[in-house]
Amino acid sequence: MSLYASRFNSDGLARRPGLLRLIHLDLPLLLGIAVLAVVSMVALYSAGGQDGDLLVRQGIRLAIAFGFLLVAAQIPPEVLRRHAPWLFLVGLGLLLAVMVLGEIGKGARRWLDLGFVRFQPSELMKLLLPMMVAWLVTQRPLPPNLWRIGLGLILIVVPTALVARQPDLGTALLLFCSGLFVLFLAGMRWWMITSLLAAAAAAAPVAWTFFLHDYQRQRILTMFNPESDRLGAGYHIIQSKIAVGSGGLYGKGWLNGTQSQLEFLPERSTDFIFAVLAEEFGFAGMLALLVLYLLIVARGLYIAMNAQTTFGCLLAGSLTLTFFIYVLVNVGMVIGLLPVVGLPLPLVSYGGTSMVTMMAAFGILMSIHTHRKLLEPH
Amino acid sequence: MRTRITFRDIAQEKRLFTGRVVVAAVVMLLLTLALVARLAWLQIINADHFATLSHNNRISVVPLPPTRGIIYDRNGVILAQNLPSYSLEIVPERTPNLQQTIDELAEIIRIGEHDRERFFQERALRRRFESIPIRTRLTEEEAARFAVHSHRFPGVEIEARLIRHYPHGMSTAHVVGYVGRINALDMERIDRSAYTGTNHIGKIGLERQYEDLLLGRVGFQQVETNALGRVLRVLDRTPPYPGNDLILHLDIGLQQAAMAAFGEERGAAVVLDPHTGAVLAMASVPGYDPNPFVQGIGRAAYSALLESPERPLNDRALRGLYAPGSTVKPFIALAGLELGEITPQWTVFSRGWFQLPGDERRYRDWRRRGHGLTDLNKSLVESVDTYYYELAHRLGIDRLSSYLAPFGFGQRTGIDIPNELGGVLPSREWKRGARGMAWFPGETVITGIGQGFWLTTPLQLASTTAILANRGERIEPRLLREVVGSEPITLEPPQRESLRVVRRSNWDAVIEGMVNSVHGQGGTARRIAPGLPWQVAGKTGTAQVVGAPQDDDDFDSSTLPKHLHNHALFIAFAPAHAPEIAVAVVVEHGGSGGRVAAPIARRILDHYFDLTPLEERP
Repeated sequence: MSLYASRFNSDGLARRPGLLRLIHLDLPLLLGIAVLAVVSMVALYSAGGQDGDLLVRQGIRLAIAFGFLLVAAQIPPEVLRRHAPWLFLVGLGLLLAVMVLGEIGKGARRWLDLGFVRFQPSELMKLLLPMMVAWLVTQRPLPPNLWRIGLGLILIVVPTALVARQPDLGTALLLFCSGLFVLFLAGMRWWMITSLLAAAAAAAPVAWTFFLHDYQRQRILTMFNPESDRLGAGYHIIQSKIAVGSGGLYGKGWLNGTQSQLEFLPERSTDFIFAVLAEEFGFAGMLALLVLYLLIVARGLYIAMNAQTTFGCLLAGSLTLTFFIYVLVNVGMVIGLLPVVGLPLPLVSYGGTSMVTMMAAFGILMSIHTHRKLLEPH
Repeated sequence: MRTRITFRDIAQEKRLFTGRVVVAAVVMLLLTLALVARLAWLQIINADHFATLSHNNRISVVPLPPTRGIIYDRNGVILAQNLPSYSLEIVPERTPNLQQTIDELAEIIRIGEHDRERFFQERALRRRFESIPIRTRLTEEEAARFAVHSHRFPGVEIEARLIRHYPHGMSTAHVVGYVGRINALDMERIDRSAYTGTNHIGKIGLERQYEDLLLGRVGFQQVETNALGRVLRVLDRTPPYPGNDLILHLDIGLQQAAMAAFGEERGAAVVLDPHTGAVLAMASVPGYDPNPFVQGIGRAAYSALLESPERPLNDRALRGLYAPGSTVKPFIALAGLELGEITPQWTVFSRGWFQLPGDERRYRDWRRRGHGLTDLNKSLVESVDTYYYELAHRLGIDRLSSYLAPFGFGQRTGIDIPNELGGVLPSREWKRGARGMAWFPGETVITGIGQGFWLTTPLQLASTTAILANRGERIEPRLLREVVGSEPITLEPPQRESLRVVRRSNWDAVIEGMVNSVHGQGGTARRIAPGLPWQVAGKTGTAQVVGAPQDDDDFDSSTLPKHLHNHALFIAFAPAHAPEIAVAVVVEHGGSGGRVAAPIARRILDHYFDLTPLEERP
């Protein structure tokens, strides 16, 4: 339905805007999120050993995250664009602050304690970085020239490096992608993309020797040969593959997964929840879940293509592609295609600060879609 | 701003963007297809394989713990070994109701409260598939009784494990130490996967010091098990690497002789090879049996050891702090000579006391009527306090302590065993730091006879005695001589340091005095001289436990109850002119260095040099 047709009926009279429209929500995305929330509850009930409290806690988290979605949806994209540069600077400042006075949890310095709440500035950066890059490239007509791409790359590398130092490889990867996606969507020349990829490939051995921590190297080696460390890092992958594989075509049935119920599977409520679902609902169930994720991504891309400003296009596109990366990296890790990187399965894994960010991103997508102004009636 | 926007070709930008979105969509679709393909490979093509793994015939990985290295003494006598022992173990993962299973087990095999407590403590630390002992050291009969009933207990099995055993435990507990069960505290400092299948870790002594060498590397066995958890067959095996064996400098015969030499007394004796720093014996009396600690000593037995007035758990050789008393006189004399303050011919007239100029207080000699005209030799032979009061006063505390520090007084010797104490070498700085007070001249005077703030350990005394024997070379004491393992390991040699020697004849004069204190007329250690084929250089010492009242001439600590008697000390090296060993003996509340400590040292010499003991002489 074109914008015009959605606002006017066949007589050219204004339709009454629906309630969802008034509060700037998008029905298809909302439906997708709701279904994922249900999937999450189903999976958590099984993974957590039929623990009702776990579901209540997840429900509360979802509700809080949804609150962020509602707020984000009310902010017109033009406001975001105007304020992108200084918001980005604030975000960068917070990242630096966390480096100096952050809280240490699980061996990494990621948290900032504000007294009443602890939060991860790197999460905020996931939204601010694509905004900033989109602002940068839309200052001039697209496609961006080499100079602007270079500037963009610097903007991307600085926060990525800060987050990687924490160390939080998963988030650093997502930050890097979210920024690059904006450049890619903005029409970065193919030759630049190819040379960038070539440079990255050349830099990989350097990064391997100088920037990766021992445990990170270990994880990558383990992916290629999980049997080398059966009781250590390889244990996750071996057990997870057994869980997924033994699910078969239709699964063992809800609450019947032996791998998950007998606690063979580590981290089954959080990062490895996909394995629980795969064991109990089989190939068919997982196909359906992947299709659901693809539908959400498709809706995101639709919103991006119909955005009115180039800034809106780029931001919506980048957020959608980043969402896909979450799914890809998490599922790829669980089924042994990618190294163990601590990324949750979006909106299904228990907890995770990233749930708030993800919901806020959906809020921005909805805002971009619902704040469009009428241009002309044919 | 506005002018730029007019150049903008919105439609062209849109086309560009749409093109990129299409590319992205295609790539995402392909990546999703890759995920789907992998899922299909796992869940459709290999579903049966994985189903087998996860269902009844579950593949499990069984760790094969390495054998801990054996510890030998210098002659190849075993000091720590591994003996097979049956233990009853439970794999929590395969046992549906733990509490009930244990209750039922208790009906056939004795399981105490202590066993249960230990089991649940350890369970909290281990993974579900790891097997945890509920009872150790089963008798043959108990093992047989369980075998009959084993079908009732899935997930419970008899394991033959190797248990650490110390054949000469009573005499080696302080040196070799012992292993014990890994507890929560240990878990924090170890690499858990290296200890998979291993329940024990070195807790103290050499077992702790050389844990990394002794441990070895864990192996794995991949086994197929049925639904009851019984092993059907072994699929794959990575053998464990055994730990390295350790060969010590310690001579267990000498160690036991040293302990026996104490008789009913308590204290410590250390025997060093002055040329190599090798620790030949390091005895703390009384000892205790470390074997009960291996499987976890019962609370009652442990508190009995802790609360015993003999304090057997206290390693007196390494951590016992005693005032060195007159054993420091050779060092003080050396300080006077080397710093040019005195010559061997310099004399003091001993009237029985010393007074600081302008001070009323009298510092008494141990012999009330004094020793008369005293030169260096006599001062050592008769241990003349007045001579050293005067000498210490002339040297002053600053020169004294800075000369003595390089000998290692007040510092850890650096022996290869944890928790050594360093003692105190009194100095102006030390007192300001530790007590926050200024130094008084009177304190210098009593420092001259090894009293006051001065504290040493028996090990430190032996080490400083070795420096005298070496005429100025300081070597770190070492217990470990050699490591024997699959890969050669070279040990770092002990640190050596040459002290400044101004004039060798000064050292000879002091050593001559020590020789005369054993062999000369009126020597404080003369009673140990008979029957020695060569000369011994020695020095007795007495460390005050209760301060002798300076105005009571008749004070005699031997009239007090035993626990208030003075500590008796003796240091020696032998033969004096070609030293093979250096010895330090401290007897707690022994009373007199010459009467009690020196004879113990003599018994140690007798054993080492194979001499006829004093007691057996016609």
